[in-house]
Amino acid sequence: MSTAVIADHTIEVDAEGFLQKPEQWTEDLGVEIAREMGIDPLTDQHWQVIRFMRDRYLQTGQAPSIRTLGKESGVTTKELYRLFPKGPAKLAARIGGIPKPHGCI
Amino acid sequence: MADAIEKVSIIISKGSFEGIYPGLIMANGARMEGIEANVFFTFFGMDAINVKHYEHLMVATVGNPGLHIPTMIGGLPGMSAIVTHQMEKKMAELDIPPVPEFITLLADSGAKLYACKASVEMFGLAREDFIDELEGIITVGDFYQLAAGGQIIFT
Repeated sequence: MSTAVIADHTIEVDAEGFLQKPEQWTEDLGVEIAREMGIDPLTDQHWQVIRFMRDRYLQTGQAPSIRTLGKESGVTTKELYRLFPKGPAKLAARIGGIPKPHGCI
Repeated sequence: MADAIEKVSIIISKGSFEGIYPGLIMANGARMEGIEANVFFTFFGMDAINVKHYEHLMVATVGNPGLHIPTMIGGLPGMSAIVTHQMEKKMAELDIPPVPEFITLLADSGAKLYACKASVEMFGLAREDFIDELEGIITVGDFYQLAAGGQIIFT
């Protein structure tokens, strides 16, 4: 684990840049991480996915699968990949300030 | 660090439950990482995209030493159905979708699905036997062209 400074916040991240302490996250930080990942600006639909990922993680301790994301986030699988071409679950988790999802699905 | 994988082309050649799932999981996992994915269904692997069969895939309980069931027991009527049912239950717990839903998930995630032309002809099948999401029925040569520059995985 190491620390990074993004948007004036000092945060603890893993080697791939995923926040290790979700409580260190703010929306500004999410915007900044998204920009680094090449997603700029974040639309309402992006936020819908990011909030769903984050809320579900905070409730259950586990990031939802791509299947759950497509079924329950209110954004379809096709749209998910349009919004986050480099992997919806992974990117939304990173932007939403939760650890990297561990599931294979 | 080694160069990241940017494209995978996965061949699914077996028609049993356990022959089809690994390839689907590999393809979906690729898309989840933002990796381009092609899936080429050949021989009995085409059952995964055949609308008549894809809901009824079965675990092979004979000739499958990994199951640790004696062959004679595995051959009893209904054994395959029981084992398949157990495996489906376990997969549902892990949020792994049934094959028809998995195929749709893959297509929606941008994976490209193809049937092998030689196999289609050999089995006497046609376009209408397959799922709507099928990208095409292609030759082995076409497949290699699509796979160019990426990794090929045979299952």
